[in-house]
Amino acid sequence: MQAQEIQTLRALIARHKRYDILFGVIGLLATLVGVITLLALFIDLLMDGYARVTPEFFTNFPSRRAEQSGILSAWVGSALVMLVTVFAAVPMGVAAAIYLEEYAPRNWVTDLIEINVTNLAGVPSIVYGLLALGLFVYILDFGQSILSAGLTLALLILPVIIVATRESLRAIPIAIREAAYALGATRWQMVSQHLIPYSMGGILTGVIIGMARAIGETAPVITIGALTFIAFLPPLPYTIDPATDQVAGLFDWLFSPFTVLPIQMFNWVSRPQPAFLQNAAATGVVIIVATLGMNALAIWLRYRIRKNLKW
Amino acid sequence: MFKQKILSQKISAIAGLLAGAVLAHAAHAGLVKVDGSSTVYPVTEAVAEEFQKAVKGKTKVTVGISGTGGGFKKFCRGETDISNASRPILKQEMEACKNNGIQYIELPVAFDALTVIINPKNNWANELTVAELKKMYEPAAQGKITNWNQIRPTFPNAPLKLAGAGADSGTFDYFTEAIVGKAKSSRGDYLATEDDNVTVQFVERDVNAIGYLGLAYYVENPGKLKAVAIKMDDKSPAVLPSLETVNKGTYQPLSRPIFIYVNRKSADNPEVAAFVEFYLKNGAKLSKEVGYVDLPAKAYTLALENFKKRKIGTAFGGEAEVGVSVEELLAREAKH
Repeated sequence: MQAQEIQTLRALIARHKRYDILFGVIGLLATLVGVITLLALFIDLLMDGYARVTPEFFTNFPSRRAEQSGILSAWVGSALVMLVTVFAAVPMGVAAAIYLEEYAPRNWVTDLIEINVTNLAGVPSIVYGLLALGLFVYILDFGQSILSAGLTLALLILPVIIVATRESLRAIPIAIREAAYALGATRWQMVSQHLIPYSMGGILTGVIIGMARAIGETAPVITIGALTFIAFLPPLPYTIDPATDQVAGLFDWLFSPFTVLPIQMFNWVSRPQPAFLQNAAATGVVIIVATLGMNALAIWLRYRIRKNLKW
Repeated sequence: MFKQKILSQKISAIAGLLAGAVLAHAAHAGLVKVDGSSTVYPVTEAVAEEFQKAVKGKTKVTVGISGTGGGFKKFCRGETDISNASRPILKQEMEACKNNGIQYIELPVAFDALTVIINPKNNWANELTVAELKKMYEPAAQGKITNWNQIRPTFPNAPLKLAGAGADSGTFDYFTEAIVGKAKSSRGDYLATEDDNVTVQFVERDVNAIGYLGLAYYVENPGKLKAVAIKMDDKSPAVLPSLETVNKGTYQPLSRPIFIYVNRKSADNPEVAAFVEFYLKNGAKLSKEVGYVDLPAKAYTLALENFKKRKIGTAFGGEAEVGVSVEELLAREAKH
């Protein structure tokens, strides 16, 4: 090879390596934008609100006196709404995903359903709120209750769960299915004894990521009327409700008026007193920590379940 | 409520069958539902907080925020017991209530005063007449009135930077009604926001800025803002907004009473009645505490009398009025 040719070749390789490094830097910057923005927001909230995140903040009801205000009714409301959401969305979402992936015949109807599910994930959340206002609050007459909010958010995260479940079903090797059939298993035996346990990690991840989204949702919950001052807790089953002097039923709490964390935060942001803005920041910290905690849990669960899989 | 109870019973019954047990359960007794204006909200919230403490949780009170108009929509469908309103009920809302057979008792509970604010470094616009404010905000000013010296020749040659309330707020309705003379009639080329804290920041940062907001926002931001004294016309004295001038009725035309409307049928519920009476007895103290101005003491007594007599209807006949005293309103023949 001519010395000149070698030189041009080296120059070419060097140039391509430069491009490689260049993209590495651009990619890193692009990643950092997201991380730094979140970090900056979180630190800003933390600086404004850290002084207010005390045990009393979690055990006090909202009050006109900012220093005595707390998020008791809001976090209890959020927790109960999430409970309803999980119980509604998980069985529905997982069943729908299993049907679409394992049972449904491949034809234009399933294609249509598939396109719909994917698009559903992109519908603005306020639209779910309007749907819920008409359907749950008025037609089904659940009122402005924990039940209405939980079902609304369940609809909202249904696509997330369906997509995540299908992804993890697809990741299971086809040989597992064939082996089950070869041993004479029915489709349901194959699904319930093999596919569901193996895909549990992915399903749980989907569920928790969906929940992390739902806990921060504001618009659909405002639409069904949760922008409200609430200084009481939903009735605890089988205890005496002071408002009625009767023993509360097992499901009475489902119909209780409620508020949730992001709405309590929104409420405080619009107040004139700076002390309420601190409360809002503290609530923001609580929401972000809850969301990050849920995501961490998802990662840990996935790790645990994958480790135990032995194919 | 009733249907919900049945539903709750059904669900409980199903669960009970599953668990092999019969369940007792409670319905929504002891709940007072309030909704409506965000302006009235802080006062009602304070009252609800104190009331629930006073009855030791025997009555639950929820106070929602859906705006005066949104509140009346729910109220006239019979969904709420009490509606918070930063303006009197309008003609079409009276109609809606009438069509659904909802009668109501109108009760003023406090004063809200709008404050015109400027930057503390602004040393020229310490007092303004209503006519000058109109010149700034009327629809005809759009794109034309852009300099302070167009308002008064002695003002400096400096750009006029306007802020104000967004079109969905009761504050906007009242300001335009009182200053321009017609509700919702305003120029559109200024910083319009539903969040008064944004107006505060805007005026705080710009010496040429002017805006208007609720008195509480001015009181809570001492040092950042300066209030403008308002003159009805050239000859009348300039009046600064304060608890005293609003309460006495001399701060005109930018102070207004705010109301609660009580569903006549709900008023027969002893818990709603107890809440309303508690409201009128403690409204003076609590409204001051949250940055509003209390009504003259006599007005609360009159309002309480009106409530006890269950005097239904409105004193306004579906139109907002500027500059009427509260005692006069309460004594008026009601319209339905």
